[in-house]
Amino acid sequence: MDTTLLRIENLSKTFATVKANDNISLEVNKGEVVALLGENGAGKSTLVKSVFGLVKPDSGTITIKGEVIEAGDTAAAIRHGIGMVHQHFQLVPVMSVAENIILGDEPHKGAFISYAEARESVKVLSDKFGLDIDPDAIVEDLPVGLQQRVEILKALRKNVDLLILDEPTAVLTPQEIEELLQVIRNLSSQGVGIIFITHKLREVLAVADRIVVLRNGKSVGTATPKESTESSLAQLMIGREVIFRLDKKEAKPGAVVLEIDDLYVRDDRKLMSVNGLSLSLHAGEILGVAGVEGNGQRELVEALTGMRPTVKGSFSILGEVATGKNPRAIHTMGVSHVPEDREKDGLIATLSIDENLVLNQYKNSPFAKGWIRNIAAVNSYAEKMIEKFDVRTPSGKYPINSLSGGNKQKVVIAREMSQESKIIIASQPTRGIDIGSIEFIHNQLLASRDSGVAVLLVSAELDEILSIADRIAVMHGGKIVAILDPHDVDRTQIGRLMAGAKE
Amino acid sequence: MTAYHVLIVKGFQSTAGLQSTLSKAGILIMSGLAITIGLRAGLFNIGAQGQVLSGALAFTYVGYRLHGLPIWVHLPVALVVGAAFGAFVGGFAGFLKATRGVHEVISTIMLNSIMAGIVDYLTQNQFRLQGQPNTRTPEILHSARLPHIFGYPSGFLIAVFLAFFVSWVLKKTTTGFEFESVGRNRNAAWYAGISVKKTIVLGMLVSGAIAGFTGAIFSSETTGYFVPAFYSGIGFDGITVALLGRANPKALIPGAIFIGGMRSAQSAIQFEAGVAPDIINLLLALVLFFATAPFLAKLLKSNAKSITTTSGWGS
Amino acid sequence: MLNTIKSFNFKSWKFLLSVATFALWIYCYAANMDITNSVVASGMRFGMPLALASMVGIMCERSGVINIGIEGTMLLSGFTGFYVASYSKNIVIGLVIAILTGVLTSFVHAMMTIKWGMDQIIAGTIINILASGLTSFLYREGSTVPNTWPIFDIPILSKIPLLGASLFSQLGPIQLFGMFLIPGIWVMMNKTRWGLRTRSVGENPGAADTAGINVIRMRMTNVMIGGAIGGLVGGFICLELVGSFSKDFTAGTGFTALALMIFGRWNPLGAFAAAILFGLAQALATQLQIFGVNNVPNQFITILPYVFTILVLAFSAGKVRPPAAAGKPYEKEQS
Repeated sequence: MDTTLLRIENLSKTFATVKANDNISLEVNKGEVVALLGENGAGKSTLVKSVFGLVKPDSGTITIKGEVIEAGDTAAAIRHGIGMVHQHFQLVPVMSVAENIILGDEPHKGAFISYAEARESVKVLSDKFGLDIDPDAIVEDLPVGLQQRVEILKALRKNVDLLILDEPTAVLTPQEIEELLQVIRNLSSQGVGIIFITHKLREVLAVADRIVVLRNGKSVGTATPKESTESSLAQLMIGREVIFRLDKKEAKPGAVVLEIDDLYVRDDRKLMSVNGLSLSLHAGEILGVAGVEGNGQRELVEALTGMRPTVKGSFSILGEVATGKNPRAIHTMGVSHVPEDREKDGLIATLSIDENLVLNQYKNSPFAKGWIRNIAAVNSYAEKMIEKFDVRTPSGKYPINSLSGGNKQKVVIAREMSQESKIIIASQPTRGIDIGSIEFIHNQLLASRDSGVAVLLVSAELDEILSIADRIAVMHGGKIVAILDPHDVDRTQIGRLMAGAKE
Repeated sequence: MTAYHVLIVKGFQSTAGLQSTLSKAGILIMSGLAITIGLRAGLFNIGAQGQVLSGALAFTYVGYRLHGLPIWVHLPVALVVGAAFGAFVGGFAGFLKATRGVHEVISTIMLNSIMAGIVDYLTQNQFRLQGQPNTRTPEILHSARLPHIFGYPSGFLIAVFLAFFVSWVLKKTTTGFEFESVGRNRNAAWYAGISVKKTIVLGMLVSGAIAGFTGAIFSSETTGYFVPAFYSGIGFDGITVALLGRANPKALIPGAIFIGGMRSAQSAIQFEAGVAPDIINLLLALVLFFATAPFLAKLLKSNAKSITTTSGWGS
Repeated sequence: MLNTIKSFNFKSWKFLLSVATFALWIYCYAANMDITNSVVASGMRFGMPLALASMVGIMCERSGVINIGIEGTMLLSGFTGFYVASYSKNIVIGLVIAILTGVLTSFVHAMMTIKWGMDQIIAGTIINILASGLTSFLYREGSTVPNTWPIFDIPILSKIPLLGASLFSQLGPIQLFGMFLIPGIWVMMNKTRWGLRTRSVGENPGAADTAGINVIRMRMTNVMIGGAIGGLVGGFICLELVGSFSKDFTAGTGFTALALMIFGRWNPLGAFAAAILFGLAQALATQLQIFGVNNVPNQFITILPYVFTILVLAFSAGKVRPPAAAGKPYEKEQS
């Protein structure tokens, strides 16, 4: 009997100028966990989106249980027993958990929805997979980890034969990741085929039966966990040797440059997400703020950079009170900011690369003299920056949305790190970036630190913090719950603190 | 077919026709500029008409009330007053948007009707010239009339100059950068240190000012006194011009000349070709529709960025 | 039901306003029954087209498409409905044509915004300009509506002392229909599968797509249903309420309807209440003028609805939450 569940043959997909998938072929068998590995931008998401019908491939076929699937049709994919848990949650924030789960296949009496039946079915699902959730809770009120659960339940609702998980562990604590991996093992033992996308090598080795590596849109090799190590996989992913521990000098921390005192900040839904936070940052150090997303990190950074008002408490920069100042003023005080959402806050997509490189300095000389701007100065500065930070583009005059994610981030980094600032606040600076660029950015941060700049690094990637931070502050529930020395902690301990445990 | 023939002759070929076309084109360029500069900041000032009316009436009032001033004082002062009133109306809408999140499309359309009512009232009462069969204001003094250059309307030259000036401001000044940034991405603009609220208000103020100025120039150059009906369509044709030019100041000029020509020929069409003048409205609407449809844009390979204004209802 | 009553906020300003309005109504009724009834009836009559026009906005925006072209849709529909009725001497045919015109106009709008991804406000404006151009060119004077609709008194309800005479008597068929349509839309949006899917498309089309829903088809269908309602309004005004066609009969109604939609928080019942209040305010103003507050010039009375609209928006717009995806075209293929 043919145990092949999914067969992808010669799949290709090009977006504008980028060939996201280049003639890829892949098979998944019943009950098999296939890890799809590759760095950011390698084409993993695009591939599985083609399987699920969110993206229409240019060529190639997708066959499930022997039947060819129509391309670009999510309803067809669902009918064929494919379920998908998305990297960026596909939930409707204002609707309830039950409504989100039943969407598209609602229990009904005629045209009307039977809400009672809906609630019942959510409870049944919850119990079956051990993922507890309140059907009537409104999704946007849920913490991120629970939203993830809704996303998973939604995918598991139908009897799936093939489950795709796209970077499911980004927002989970180490313990929750363990639990999820267990759910995956259970499912695979029930005969469900699983495609598990991640760029985290540790997880791959923990749960995969087979590993497929993508690089630059092509499939470059398969392996099994038994025959692989993190280094061998990384080499396959990047095509060259990767250094895992950076060459890091010891930090020489100096005076306190940023002092946060019992800060309270509300989020967009008026809840107090920064809840009495105190912290000090010294010159010449990298302070890593570790924590699962959704514990107030974003609001903290927005408050510190003047983009969000504070409710109570204060913070001061180099001795001067900075609470309540607008972004421009804080910037003038010597603060640079690499924002979490570069598309929304850090860049203006249709402006040129040059313009983006001077975005928050457009009024200062030499880029402007009073009212009149000096475009020549902007262009020559940009040219230098593009070279120094290795931004891949034929010309700085192109709009910045012509760049890849990694290069866009380099522009933001270039802009923020070249401003002679005293403090750099970097929020998720390497999210969605290819490993080469990640290395580059980490080295830049270390160089800044060595020259006496204070760096506040907020990141949900524990590895990143463990790799470059000099001190680690664990954030949970809007407070700092512990400050640790990276030399003598282990992941489990941090994981527990991140989840809110008390020691 | 005679209709089209009339269009071309009356619009462009005869001298009188050309003068009329250029005169109208000048007005349209400026009206289009008002809208364009708003669009650049992400604001759709669809109510330019009301601002044009306000500016025109204010100008006319100053134009006939201030006696004994030389032209180089009277005219500029009156023009500034016209612009100021337009700015006032536009700025009010901008203020509402910045403080209460009222979308300028609705507020400016309402202000159109409100200003039309107020202007109508004033023309029939306080500002009325008695003893005339129709409702109108007194004539503007010579010292407030815009001179013609060799018979050609100087308003057109002013308009072209203004178009280039606005283009320069947008590209080469810090204010221009603020408009462009706020118009494309408010969050990033805020992050860059730009005050989004101030830019919104300023954008509407400037847009309104240019619209008011347009009305003033029209009074000064063409009509000589104020009757509300004279100004009908300036605001809306300005929208057409701005959209055809894809919110690019310099691109307004050819569009304005085109529409100016069609409007010039409009009355002649009825006489000479027996077609209702409203056909011009329809023709222009169709031109606008086809020119802005994106697939055609790809055909014309225009690399102008597509215009967006939908910043949502609760800003 | 009991839960609703228990959790009802008796201090909310909306409730207090309603109580105050009702008290005022009773007072006026006691003072002069006939005038009060006629004012309230006028208010309902003015308010209904606004309420229905808001429904157009709601159908479109809840599914994610901002429709500024309501004005143009109503204009064109009124035009075609009126002239067809006049020509064919049959107002029912006229109404049908009006509705079809509404569907066609909104179809064009849908193509522009959903299929071609044009900016929705600009597309709506272009529809308005097109409608204005077409109707002004094709306008012919002197036509009249051949006959009028039968007028109904709702059997039992119209005998209720206070409300009956003003709310439930002397109703034209379209007005009557509106009173059913609006709650119908509320039920549809909140209790049916179609409504759930529509709302999901308007809040997060990506989520809807991953659930297997065809976003484009949902949006187009909702917009066209809205268009049908828009056609109904246009037909209603020209064939029932006013009985004639004039070049600018819409007079900003389409935009006011959007303001009311925002004020009513995209909820059909909320928009309906807002529209009726608006109509009442207008009827009241007209009545006051008749009473002899006639130092106030005509023009100022005419501009009152426009002033009201701005006030409505100023006191609601900033804090509202439109459907999250309204205004953004949905692009499936994102890398």
